[in-house]
Amino acid sequence: MPERFAVGEHVRAARHDPPHHCRLPRYARGALGTVVDIGGWHPLPDDRARGLPAELEPVYTVRFTARELFGGGDHAVTVDIWQSHLSATAEGASR
Amino acid sequence: MSGDHHGSDAAISAQVRHVEALLERRGLVDPVELDRALAAYLARSSPANGARVVARAWCDDAFRGRLLADANAALPELGLSMGGGLQEQRLKVVPNTDRAHNVVVCTLCSCYPIALLGPSPTWYKSEAYRARVVRDPRAVLREFGFELELGLDVTVWDASAESRYMVLPRRPVGTDGLDEEHLAGLVTRNGLLGVAPV
Repeated sequence: MPERFAVGEHVRAARHDPPHHCRLPRYARGALGTVVDIGGWHPLPDDRARGLPAELEPVYTVRFTARELFGGGDHAVTVDIWQSHLSATAEGASR
Repeated sequence: MSGDHHGSDAAISAQVRHVEALLERRGLVDPVELDRALAAYLARSSPANGARVVARAWCDDAFRGRLLADANAALPELGLSMGGGLQEQRLKVVPNTDRAHNVVVCTLCSCYPIALLGPSPTWYKSEAYRARVVRDPRAVLREFGFELELGLDVTVWDASAESRYMVLPRRPVGTDGLDEEHLAGLVTRNGLLGVAPV
């Protein structure tokens, strides 16, 4: 699975709520963030937890503003997110 | 968020013992091997390791650069690694500056750089810390007795099973004359997590 995103790019975390294990923290679901690092390649835990085959995929460190996540606050939160849980946004790259 | 570790310890322990017994019965695990591996791992795991890393970074700008660029590659320079567990975990070291402050959490469970910080404190595993520090880090740090300066950019790093984070605290003022060993003695575990100043 090739890298779809680059550092600096805006991404949207998935909004889904599957009935099985999901590594995407609930508080980040649906939020708009920025890729700040690429944290290696790992199989999707959602699939591994169900005994499904999972190929290696990029895991991104994504930075979100507290305002985006919680509606307020002046800090930021970074979350490691698997590529399967991210989509491109209309805003595209910020660079 | 998964359940609070405090309330579910007994159930998880029973489950782990059951799996361990099955593995032993099938000859997949030597009964004493797990204890030996755990004891050896924990004997090497201590906040003194993280403190040594920080003191070296304070004294050696080139090491600091290598540490921030690729911590896993820099740790062996001090005889350390993140490979004490089953798989080597990625470590990212995040530096505090006069403009930026970093705090570490694992909201989903309790992922923690044990090799560099030793076993994690109970509060790190509590639902209260995990849920609240991402929402209002300034308020949570205030409860630790740590008032963050206004205007600092605060970032909370949510760790995962594959990635661990450690804070590189700011070097305290007035420590220019201290050598690496004495500087390491100033570094605390809570400082390495970003919930206390150093």
